[in-house]
Amino acid sequence: MAKKILTLLLMDAPYESSRTTTAFRLIDIATKRGHDVKVFAYEGAVALTFAKQAPHGNAVHGRDVAQEDHPNPKDWVAALMEQATSSGGKLEWTNCGLCVDERGVGEAIPGVGRGSPVDAWKAAEASDNSLLIPTR
Amino acid sequence: MANKYLQIIETAYRATVEEQDDTCVWFNHAMKGGGADVTVLLRANAVSYALAKQDASGLSFGKKQQTQPPRVGDDVAALVKKGVPVFYVEEDLAERGIDKNALHEGLQPVSRGGLAKLFAGYDRIWHW
Repeated sequence: MAKKILTLLLMDAPYESSRTTTAFRLIDIATKRGHDVKVFAYEGAVALTFAKQAPHGNAVHGRDVAQEDHPNPKDWVAALMEQATSSGGKLEWTNCGLCVDERGVGEAIPGVGRGSPVDAWKAAEASDNSLLIPTR
Repeated sequence: MANKYLQIIETAYRATVEEQDDTCVWFNHAMKGGGADVTVLLRANAVSYALAKQDASGLSFGKKQQTQPPRVGDDVAALVKKGVPVFYVEEDLAERGIDKNALHEGLQPVSRGGLAKLFAGYDRIWHW
């Protein structure tokens, strides 16, 4: 199958919606197959890659931090970037800069860029298709 | 040749007070400013954005007053002035009892039955 370029626009903040998991599933299968994926994170979604996310234990589960092994979204994004590279593709992740500033989440994991809606548009223009997954 | 984008805005007044605008409308201003070929379609509750007389001013918490409240209707009208076609679903307007005479100028009605034909004119459709 020929390599495709896909753009996804995400809006949901971490830990708020299953739409984020759905988006990650789509990115997972696309990168696993070697396709290139461009993500533009808008509004609350810019916090998905915030480097200071920290895992926690879960007393209800009776597990400490290590036992709970709770993957933060930033870890999943990093894993998806790594998978993309190892599969011969790439995952480009761009955060809306103003959205980052509003929320004070400027410290992103390595590989995450900063941009504007124009960058989202340019990514979509350079892609075979695009999908917006908005907040509801 | 650049793709044509149809931006369907459905969810209205989501954090507009905090943002002092609607983030979807704002996004399209930015895209248009960058040179994109965009059209906006207001549907469901977002048809309220077509209303000319909206006033969200007067909010304050403690001594912190909001001096620049959202003016989403004006922001939509500004899109029209920039050359962005803005449609609204006329049945959604009627169901909410909104008079067409109360809307900003330049907005174009489209019936639910006409949506498929409208969609056919665009390469990319983003549903906000």
